[in-house]
Amino acid sequence: MPDKPKLALYWAASCGGCEIAVVNLHEKILDVDAAVDLMFCPCLLDTKKKDIEALPDGAIAVTLFNGALRTEENIEMAHLLRRKSQLMVAFGSCAKGGCIPALANFTTRDALFDTVYLDNPSTENPAGVIPGGTTTFPEGDIHLPAFLDRVQHLAQQVTVDYYVPGCPPESHQIWNVIETILSGELPPAGSTIGCGALTVCDDCDRTKEEKRISAFRRNYEFYPERETCLLEQGLLCLGIATRSGCGAPCTKANMPCSGCYGAPDGVSDQGAKMVAALGSVMDIGDTAGLSEEAIAARVDAFLSAIPDYAGLFYKYTLASSTLGGRVGRQG
Amino acid sequence: MSRITIDPITRLEGHGRIDIFLDDQGNVENACFQIPELRGFEQFCVGRMAEEMPVITNRICGVCPEAHHLAATKALDGVFGAEPPPTAVKLRELLYMAFFVTDHTTHFYALGGPDFIVGPDAPPSERNILGVARKVGLEVAGEVIACRKRNHEIITFLGGKSIHPVAGVPGGWSRAISADERVQIEETARKNIEFARFSLSIFEKIVLKNPVFMEMVTSDTYLHRTYSMGTVDARNQSNFYDGMIRVVDPEGNEFVKYHPSAYCDHIAERVEAWTYLKYPYLKNVGWKGLTDGMESGVYTATPLSRLNVSEGMATPLANAEYQKMYEAFGCRKITESRYQPIHHRLATHWARLIELLYASERMLELACDPEITSPETRTIPDPARFVGEGVGSVEAPRGTLTHHYVTDGRGVLTRVNMIVGTTNNYAPISMSVKRAAEKLITSAAPDEAILNRIEMAFRLYDPCFSCATHFLPGKMPLTISIRDSRGELQREMRRKL
Repeated sequence: MPDKPKLALYWAASCGGCEIAVVNLHEKILDVDAAVDLMFCPCLLDTKKKDIEALPDGAIAVTLFNGALRTEENIEMAHLLRRKSQLMVAFGSCAKGGCIPALANFTTRDALFDTVYLDNPSTENPAGVIPGGTTTFPEGDIHLPAFLDRVQHLAQQVTVDYYVPGCPPESHQIWNVIETILSGELPPAGSTIGCGALTVCDDCDRTKEEKRISAFRRNYEFYPERETCLLEQGLLCLGIATRSGCGAPCTKANMPCSGCYGAPDGVSDQGAKMVAALGSVMDIGDTAGLSEEAIAARVDAFLSAIPDYAGLFYKYTLASSTLGGRVGRQG
Repeated sequence: MSRITIDPITRLEGHGRIDIFLDDQGNVENACFQIPELRGFEQFCVGRMAEEMPVITNRICGVCPEAHHLAATKALDGVFGAEPPPTAVKLRELLYMAFFVTDHTTHFYALGGPDFIVGPDAPPSERNILGVARKVGLEVAGEVIACRKRNHEIITFLGGKSIHPVAGVPGGWSRAISADERVQIEETARKNIEFARFSLSIFEKIVLKNPVFMEMVTSDTYLHRTYSMGTVDARNQSNFYDGMIRVVDPEGNEFVKYHPSAYCDHIAERVEAWTYLKYPYLKNVGWKGLTDGMESGVYTATPLSRLNVSEGMATPLANAEYQKMYEAFGCRKITESRYQPIHHRLATHWARLIELLYASERMLELACDPEITSPETRTIPDPARFVGEGVGSVEAPRGTLTHHYVTDGRGVLTRVNMIVGTTNNYAPISMSVKRAAEKLITSAAPDEAILNRIEMAFRLYDPCFSCATHFLPGKMPLTISIRDSRGELQREMRRKL
């Protein structure tokens, strides 16, 4: 049998959802199996690091790398797989922008360890043990990989050829990505593939009219009407600042888009795009004759309905945002 | 002195690794099952708006996001003081039953079952879903894919997204189902029941009628007399979505039954410096190390433990299979409908199939419930009833899952704590690995057989770090290195694929 191209699927700090999205190709997984040598490193092959090191550089045709970079080990594997792969694909929102694990960049490593191991209602830890480093047993030492100060996305460490957005990427789009790669007709390096170029609003079939929002509302406050735009109803739906291609399943389920496909083409910062969009739709009423202070107070009152814009707008992209997560928390 | 390292690059919040230390006589002295990764949801969720948690905590696990989504949503019912309408409760449970069917199916056919169906001493290249297909018929692989597909279709429209659902809101569920959707769900549930019965028949034919397998199942290599945990309904029968947490002692006496919100009174977690994962144990028994018995607070939260605490099963076909399992192990009845606990860990595979049948039957009951298509799926929280704290709990496929949130007056999280399914079993998994190593490591058996039988010790828990092997033909990539006290390699056993 002629050698089929090798395809690797590696995870770093992630949840496994990207792998399940591949499995959810269902019967098409058999077509994938027929076309490529599925080298799902960690589960299929005897993928000790040294085995990958022993491969010639570029021996893997494509690595779909999912997960953010949270530990030293994640970084080592990113570099190793880059070297061994002809194409390195940041697969899913963790690899692309840090995603949920990168919310940890709002806080510090020390605070995170304190909360998990010390100041925790079910933890009994009178000696104040914090895991890490090397532990010596009578029989030998055990080492824990170092935990990075900040979560990084893949392109902060290695050159990424293509990005596939989504948390996780929708299975129909994974199929498109695999077909594109197998066809050999590749888009320019650095492209985001397996998606559309517009926004989720383009996928969403709700009726959209001129957006004038008189108040922001949280999702539990009311039962949204099913036919009209959720943003127009006051929900902070991120569809307007999020790349298309998912098919808008969340708004079909009567829930706002939470932004998992990241920024659309031509936008580098999803959160900033959302802020700009909101600025243009907020309706603070007639301001004629009001003092600047009175207008500012009205804006403040409007904005104060939502207590965590950063967490809402950068849920999937904090590591790759212009903020980079270097946000000091106060109070 | 020797050291054995088992280093599969696989996950529970990432990766897992096992070190086993041997004394000079070659007996197992210590076993360290290390989890070298942490993401820290308990910290970075602080400051988030509470209603975001069903979407954020999905991302703890892409294999069981439905479990986290529902535990989070139930915790929010508590935070906002909003009782969901009956239809919302039923839709949540319906989604969950479809999920249980896919999850248990995948484990049986792709991960755990091949050990039995194809056989523990078959070549690794055969011990996978394709080997299963060759053994029991090529159409089986197609059936497994079809089962996952039809249930994922339901998860997608009911939960809003095929992976990482979005429909959970404080006090309810974001969408109702149509009459057509209900018909599709009912048809799917009926197919699931047939599929579950077929799966049990395979298990009976290949495992129960095979004396070699039965000897392995009932041997003391895979035996631990721990406490058992599970969620039960008002009749003390197993329920995956809601109820009280019941714990029975190793003899089968009820040790405690508590509301999930009281978990801190009953569960404590121990920190070790050499692993990022904590060890939960029964607080009122106490931590005695990695040991079983009445005096040790180690407990198990698995399909088998759930059946051990349950007074029979709530659906008829599953109940008949439940009785059959306990009778087969010669357990005597200790109540009208419950038996002495089974402690032979490989029986967990059998228990999982009984749960697969239960989930299928329960799914059909819910699909046929006259309230299920009601448009009343939400209770809008009344600010006057706001609580600011909530605990949500469900039975994840891999054990009892608890989410605990505290918020400020604006519903912004100030404290988050979670005890996750597989974590409950951290001590038992460690013990099972140690026991299998004790029994096997010094034997003259070939490397491949030792590797596989140690693997079987943790695979039976379906631990989440093995989720990667849920979906493709394959085995854990194991390497076991035995080194002497100077670190010199004495023997290396590797699995070749």
